[in-house]
Amino acid sequence: MKKEILKLRDVKVYFPVKAGVFNRTVGHVMAVDGVDLDIYRGEVLGLAGESGCGKTTLGKAILRLVEPTNGEVTYVSKEDDETELTSLEKKDMDPFRKKLQIVFQDPHSSLNPSFTIFGSLQDPLKKFGVNSKEERRKIIGDLLEAVNMRREYMDRYPHEFSGGQRQRIGIVRALCLDPELIVCDEAVSALDVSIQAQVLQLLMQLKKDNNLTYLFITHDLSVTEYLCDRIAVMYLGRIVELCDSEDLYKNTLHPYSEALISAIPVADLDKKTKRIVLEGDVPSPVNPPKGCPFHPRCPKAKDICKTEVPTLKKYSTNGNEHYASCHLIDLPEIS
Amino acid sequence: MTDKNNIALSVKNLKTFFYTNNRCNKAVNGVSFDVEKGKTLCIVGESGCGKSVTAATIMQLLPTLSRIEEGEIIFHKDDKTVNIEKLEKNGKEMRNIRGSDIAMIFQDPMTALNPVYTVGFQISENLKYHTNLNRKEIREKSISLLNDMGIPLPEKRVDEYPHSYSGGMRQRAMIAMAMACNPKILIADEPTTALDVTIQAQIFELMEKLKEENDTAIILITHDMGVVAELADNVAVMYMGNIVEAGTADDVLRRPTHPYTKALLESVPVLGRGKNQDINPIKGSTPDPYNRPVGCQFAPRCNWQTESCDVMPEITQINKTHQIRCHKYEQFFEKYDEKRNS
Repeated sequence: MKKEILKLRDVKVYFPVKAGVFNRTVGHVMAVDGVDLDIYRGEVLGLAGESGCGKTTLGKAILRLVEPTNGEVTYVSKEDDETELTSLEKKDMDPFRKKLQIVFQDPHSSLNPSFTIFGSLQDPLKKFGVNSKEERRKIIGDLLEAVNMRREYMDRYPHEFSGGQRQRIGIVRALCLDPELIVCDEAVSALDVSIQAQVLQLLMQLKKDNNLTYLFITHDLSVTEYLCDRIAVMYLGRIVELCDSEDLYKNTLHPYSEALISAIPVADLDKKTKRIVLEGDVPSPVNPPKGCPFHPRCPKAKDICKTEVPTLKKYSTNGNEHYASCHLIDLPEIS
Repeated sequence: MTDKNNIALSVKNLKTFFYTNNRCNKAVNGVSFDVEKGKTLCIVGESGCGKSVTAATIMQLLPTLSRIEEGEIIFHKDDKTVNIEKLEKNGKEMRNIRGSDIAMIFQDPMTALNPVYTVGFQISENLKYHTNLNRKEIREKSISLLNDMGIPLPEKRVDEYPHSYSGGMRQRAMIAMAMACNPKILIADEPTTALDVTIQAQIFELMEKLKEENDTAIILITHDMGVVAELADNVAVMYMGNIVEAGTADDVLRRPTHPYTKALLESVPVLGRGKNQDINPIKGSTPDPYNRPVGCQFAPRCNWQTESCDVMPEITQINKTHQIRCHKYEQFFEKYDEKRNS
């Protein structure tokens, strides 16, 4: 039976927009606007969408690196104890920080250039009670070897490493506290194609060895298809489709996901499909369109889409749960 | 074989070297290719393989520390031919060609546009120097260019500054600038790498249209094999300053023969192949340009390396269009023949 590790309920992150002489709040950027999501133990959940759709903000809100404005993030431990994270005091978060880790997008700016690798990586170990230096060096050395790097590298500085190596150091940093869930925020986007494949395989290997759960944030749907068990597609701060990764490609329900998939160039001359070209850009999250947020760009939009906001409904494709929020789906809804 | 009259630009044995700290980086080391009118040539490779330097060399936009060491860049302008490498960098002739006959779209529209001038001003600059239009006509032309690029309300947008444009719109404004004088050749250096896939689809649509309407030759630089499959007529795969495999899109994508091309194609997950597809990373990373392998540049990362690879392989023409730089191509290429015959 699938067990949850994280439950998100109606999570919202609003950033105030300030203007004028008195710096008054004149509006909000609704970066994440009501997300319900369950992440199960041991799965890889992909979070896909265009830039500006709120994927990174959601990832950070889970770890409280950005404070959610509203909603609940509940952590479920292995023993089924539930803890609501957003209402905790800062210092009470500490034991959970150990369980939830993140790998950042840009390996060039996420390591401090004036510290050696060991200097950067030992801090979390110190904080969580690994007091002898020998032991810290051993833990970090072992992990460096696990990501195919040499133990001696821990005494070097970040500038001595290439992008792919730095990203692996970022992964070691996330791993050193033996976490249960890792948020990978565009972990392979900044890397060259050949290096990207190395890091992807490494992530899969580590998942197998350490029983990890990944929340894999990316804009590249061909990577998610390869890596993820389930995929959530976001648009303007909301989840528009959530289903098994295979179903997203074979039984696409939402017109946005359809357009997104058709726009990806495929390196296969036999599989050329007609691309659906969306008009215009993603609307501003300060002032989202009324009704379905996607309707101004949607090729199938009808009158109902302009007035009513669709909710995420449950359908079934291929015998799997398939959530989508669109007025125009013909399938029977499942309660 | 390519029709001689149809060639817009031919590059022959081009070498561009960089000189820093008394060391020499052979960024482009003997590259030859032809670009045909109304066709797209895609140059593919990892970062640091010399794709962008090749483009900058054609435009003579190289930094002062580098120079064209050897080779020819022949631009076929109407009936006569111009040897670009012999022109003075900032001389009158080069400035006449740059922007009007050969135009370029840069990778990052955020930094390529000047933030203190309006977009309209930046487009009209091109027209001011290369055409005889008066101020009013120039303005009208800029507006119609923006309109062609699908920018809403061009009359208003033409007077706005780049910061009020979104990423996709900036890239479209850049293309408008490049297309202002109907260039014969358009060089696009990773035009969509910084953009979302949906915006990328819009830009590709636009480039296809331009190619068909104006018979422009396009050189598209990219690292994405998917983009190649979508747009390319001809493909050149570069590695460490050399073209290792070149041919039509059909040749290179259906019968990849160089181990590097194969490895590139196998290292990315392909949409629609599901979870069980194999991806094989290329082992190691690109060598230090100051400390290159002796023979074939790809040998240390190649699975089929033998002693003969200590000598730099020559370019071999496999058939009319397909050429390759590898000692062992025969054994790879025969496999395709076997497959076809069986």
